[in-house]
Amino acid sequence: MHLLKLIKRYFFEIVACSVSVVLGILLGLVIYRLPWVGRYLEWAMGLFLAAYIAVCILVSYRLKLATHYFLRRPISILAVVAVSLCVFIVLVVMTVMNGLVSEFREKNHSFVGDCVVSTDSLVGFPYYEEFSAELRKLKSVEAVSAVVHSFGLLTQRGADWNMGIEIMGIDPSDHVRVTGFGETLFYHRGSPENAFVPDYDAEATGCVVGIDMMPRSRSRSGEYYHTPRPQQIELIISCFPLTARGALAKADMGIVNTKSFHYSDDSHSGLVKVDGNMIYIPFGVAQQMCGMDDPDHPRASAIHIRFKTRNGLGENVAAVRLLWNSFVEAKSDSGQAELLSGVRVQSWIENRRSYIAPMEKEQTMLIFLFLMLGLITVFVIFVVFYMVISHKSKDIGILRSIGVSRAGVVQVFGYYAALVGLVGAAAGGAAACVLLVNVNNLEDWLFARYGFQLWDRSVYAIGAIPNDIDPVVVGAVVLSAIAASIAGSLGPSVQAARRRPVEILQVNQL
Amino acid sequence: MDTILKVNKLHKSYRMGQARLDVLKGVDLEIARGEFSAIVGASGSGKSTLLHIMGGLDRADKGHVEFDGRRIDRFGSGQLNRFRNKKVGFVFQFYHLLDELTVVENVLLPAMAGTGSIGWFARRRSARRRAGELLDQVGLADRMRHKPYQLSGGERQRAAIARALMNEPELLLADEPTGNLDSKTGNGILEVLETLNRKGQTIVMVTHDDRMAGRTKRVIRLLDGRTV
Repeated sequence: MHLLKLIKRYFFEIVACSVSVVLGILLGLVIYRLPWVGRYLEWAMGLFLAAYIAVCILVSYRLKLATHYFLRRPISILAVVAVSLCVFIVLVVMTVMNGLVSEFREKNHSFVGDCVVSTDSLVGFPYYEEFSAELRKLKSVEAVSAVVHSFGLLTQRGADWNMGIEIMGIDPSDHVRVTGFGETLFYHRGSPENAFVPDYDAEATGCVVGIDMMPRSRSRSGEYYHTPRPQQIELIISCFPLTARGALAKADMGIVNTKSFHYSDDSHSGLVKVDGNMIYIPFGVAQQMCGMDDPDHPRASAIHIRFKTRNGLGENVAAVRLLWNSFVEAKSDSGQAELLSGVRVQSWIENRRSYIAPMEKEQTMLIFLFLMLGLITVFVIFVVFYMVISHKSKDIGILRSIGVSRAGVVQVFGYYAALVGLVGAAAGGAAACVLLVNVNNLEDWLFARYGFQLWDRSVYAIGAIPNDIDPVVVGAVVLSAIAASIAGSLGPSVQAARRRPVEILQVNQL
Repeated sequence: MDTILKVNKLHKSYRMGQARLDVLKGVDLEIARGEFSAIVGASGSGKSTLLHIMGGLDRADKGHVEFDGRRIDRFGSGQLNRFRNKKVGFVFQFYHLLDELTVVENVLLPAMAGTGSIGWFARRRSARRRAGELLDQVGLADRMRHKPYQLSGGERQRAAIARALMNEPELLLADEPTGNLDSKTGNGILEVLETLNRKGQTIVMVTHDDRMAGRTKRVIRLLDGRTV
């Protein structure tokens, strides 16, 4: 009983402390993710908490009044619901969208490695072996993989169809050390170095086909159906071999531009354009078919590089660029040196910019749309507070008559708005977290129970609905909701506080 | 005579559409410390307006009010807030208590508002003790934890008086404190005010009830915007 009495007596102080602890934790989470304050986290959080608790307790009459208004005004529920709905929608959509974008970025990263030295020219560039050897000497470089990239035509023996394809000539042993190629395979995931060795004919030249290039059915859960062993399929690829000058090689030059390959595996990178167009063949064969196997100056289209650490990408790429520039300078008098001038050194982000940027733009657009939603919330809060303050003008007159300043009146309604924002954001945030944590289970249940699939795996490349909750996003959205609530209340409360107390009290007397 | 409040040639008018209504037309007045005065006059004679200007709730068009020799019309907003909080206490006809707070919290409000954050933290125990004493004095010791809507009219007015006295103001301004009460309850309120005055509290009360005014030490009549 004594404890109950104590709780009742210090109820508002307890509320103040709880509010400040929640806010402190949220702010702490945000601070934690900022690199420049990382090591000062403990004292920054401690200081903030102590200061905030002190302020909350010490200015308790404002918080007390605000809490009373909050608890006693049914209209507060409307404002809370508006805030929580907004927070809920923003959190769910941002989490899913952020998940999609980061997964897409990760897949692009995995496809090319950390850094790419490449040319847009289909002719390629010489001295790639020498430069690869130079790269391997760099302390920051883990592995390098030379690649031939070109275009061609694909058909099947005896079939009357053909299709335009992208060809990537790789050495699987090198390429799996630089990229996530090994993980994309089905039959050779455990031995990616043998990716071009068909199970059914170890002597044949194999090829790895993008998983969406061949008709293949998928389960509703998104898995592709595979036979236990690769089917014996012979594919014919034709290329357009080019000379070092960029002209099509003549037929009598002994260049093989059409070759049969045996399907050995498929690659599921999760990138629609890659999985629907790309065929991987052995590096040497690709060089030969594209006319890049000049005995004096063999050429490649790109060198993919993996660094030892993921940190310091910019510095590592700059080091590679520096090395390349000095390499080009050293080779300026060598044969076919002009082909080196069109070569660029790019980070994976720069290299895949044209694929990633549209998705990031969509994300920005979405965030912009949600900012609009935030504005609507501010407007709803504004309307609610306009109504609340109209009903509470007598209180404002009373407060002013006992000496409360205009700022004090604004603070009372500011606390009220902050409470609306905090409770609304907490409710919306909690609901969003619950939904996100269970979204895939919920979707499975919907499918099992009603046959309805929210996220059709046979259409989307991503296996599950992204639901990794980012504490920074949660913190930012919650703080924004509180800020939006305070912003919404500011206009009406400032307007009310500016009125003369006697004017308000006389009106309420009538 | 130790003058606490001096009103000099006070003018106040209101606009009613196109017309101008002159409410106060050069009021002169002095209130002595420890005095219990009543301002009486017909409805619309400007009694409440005068009281509001004396208490810093409103501003005059012309003329000025001096409190302890200082002109309150020259106060900045911060000084005016402090003046309303520390120097004067208001009792209104319609009590004007905050419905959301308990009686004791209403009484504590001026103390909370008047001290800074740290100040309130330091003196909240003594403030609670004083609020208890004041409520005891006005006969509401057992109603401390009640909400205003749980009290009768007379009890609400007593609570309003306790709130007005919380910061030990030098001047208590009561605007028709019995105007909304039956005569028996009104008498009770007046007895409370008389007791306070006997203890040295300066009180200025606005009333239209001559019987109530007759119980004060001094009656100031307002007629056509002037004292007579």
